[in-house]
Amino acid sequence: MRSEKSNRAPLSLKIAAAAGLAFMHLPILLIFLYAFTTEEKSYQFPPPGLTTQWFGVAWDRPDVWAALALSVKVASIATATAVVLGTLCAAAVSQTRFFGRETISLLVILPIALPGIITGIALRSAFSMADIPFSFWTIVLGHATFCIVVVYNNAVARFRRISGSLIEASMDLGADGFQTFRYVILPNIGTALLAGGMLAFALSFDEVIVTTFTAGQQSTLPIWMLEELIRPRQRPVTNVVAMIVVVVTFLPILGAYYLTRDGDQIAGVGK
Amino acid sequence: MTTAVLFDNVSRHFGAIRAVDRVNLDIAEGEFFAMLGPSGSGKTTCLRLMAGFEQPTGGHIEIFGETAEGVPPYRRSVNTVFQDYALFPHLSILDNVAYGLMVKGAGREERLKAAEDALAMVKLPGYGARRPGQLSGGQRQRVALARALVNKPKVLLLDEPLGALDLKLREQMQEELKSLQKSLGITFVFVTHDQGEALSMADRIAVFNEGRIQQLGRPEEVYNQPKTRFVADFVGSSNVLSTKLCQRLGVKASFASLRPEAIALAPPSNGALSLAGTIAGQSFLGATNRVVVDVDGARIAVASPAANAVPAIGSPVTISFAARDLHPMEDA
Repeated sequence: MRSEKSNRAPLSLKIAAAAGLAFMHLPILLIFLYAFTTEEKSYQFPPPGLTTQWFGVAWDRPDVWAALALSVKVASIATATAVVLGTLCAAAVSQTRFFGRETISLLVILPIALPGIITGIALRSAFSMADIPFSFWTIVLGHATFCIVVVYNNAVARFRRISGSLIEASMDLGADGFQTFRYVILPNIGTALLAGGMLAFALSFDEVIVTTFTAGQQSTLPIWMLEELIRPRQRPVTNVVAMIVVVVTFLPILGAYYLTRDGDQIAGVGK
Repeated sequence: MTTAVLFDNVSRHFGAIRAVDRVNLDIAEGEFFAMLGPSGSGKTTCLRLMAGFEQPTGGHIEIFGETAEGVPPYRRSVNTVFQDYALFPHLSILDNVAYGLMVKGAGREERLKAAEDALAMVKLPGYGARRPGQLSGGQRQRVALARALVNKPKVLLLDEPLGALDLKLREQMQEELKSLQKSLGITFVFVTHDQGEALSMADRIAVFNEGRIQQLGRPEEVYNQPKTRFVADFVGSSNVLSTKLCQRLGVKASFASLRPEAIALAPPSNGALSLAGTIAGQSFLGATNRVVVDVDGARIAVASPAANAVPAIGSPVTISFAARDLHPMEDA
């Protein structure tokens, strides 16, 4: 153990670190603050007065509800699709050896490395070439491309830690493929899937770029917010919605963090 | 006697690699059978062929008279004790042991009772509530054994089960495995690279090298009369006498094996064979001294009782041995 003194950071470093954190997070607090302002046309600082009336106004606006419902539906279905496909892909890549395995692994991860605008344009031209009209499903499809990546990444990391002999042991003891999945694989990758799914949901819920190319005339919540910023009236409603978005996306990410944090023990190493 | 496992000309090739190459085996019911060989010799692949994790690329396998090809592991009446034990980390010890009965649809009461009994059999009663991570290597080994035996397999496959244990524990487990096998009457097929383990435990041994069985027989046969140079060298490091030495001794064979403990550092008496050489080295092994004698460039190891004095290095010596201890071998 080193002495406590040598582990102490100098004051200047502490201040710099605090400033960095403040720079990242204070603007978010500003958004929260403007949700309570009495002034609705421009963002004037400091706010002339504080009110909670915008929560009521937001509650009564049907366009907010429509956008929120669309976003939740898209995120749910894109996440569900991603969990199924991402898990299958992770299982194939981590448990077997086949020609092109590394390539597939790379191709699956690519959508998250590509700029969203490329994915968006590519999907849009593909849809129009195939004569697919924009719909709820085109948004889901667009989101699923990058949702699969986070599920895949989480699942593949966990699969690698399951010793191959665990699956063989299960089969050896009389369990068929489904039983082995149900009783051995799922309990060992469950938290990783949940964490991946939560991240995927959060990603889908606030996605703008790919959505603008694949949504047509529909508005998901983030798109609705973008449009709303241009309108001079009732601006604080946007801030109220922004607060809701922060809460809705922050909780799953926090959950994912706690679920994967304790996964350090290696499954199936018996020595 | 019923045949438990039958291999008829079985091969398992991985591309160009012949992991198992035309192997014939006939393991009797109730037998303790060891498959001995260095790593990569095909012994573990043979075990996996029996368990159903691998399918043969050629030949025919029967388990208790039933064709095994194409039968998945979960429909075979064999169970495996894995080298790394492969205990399920998310289940308690009791649930681990009860797993086989659970997937076969046994009731909760019944399977937990059976699992408790199995744990008592491997001397771990009352450990059911713990997790695999809380057990020592030796204890996990016993749990793996209980988890396999609770299913009442017709054949128990053990893949180097003692490899990860320290010497003391390994000797203790050898005895326990042996007595467990005798009392249960189950056929045990045991893979090991430790010749001492194979010799002390098995009823019969198959010595593997490069995918083929070099010799199959009782421990005494394999030890005293190695059929090939590989077996002579791998099982207890016999001396292999070259063609030239064989000719000088009047033995009609290309090669012959001679165990170090069959040689005396003394002139021959009543019809024994002898060779003259010089002492080239010696090391103390406890009960014996290992003395290396140089006979015209060939180095012959002699196990001499520790009580006997060893001549100084470089001094001339005559070694002698009975003609019946010299075993002619095949070329390979």
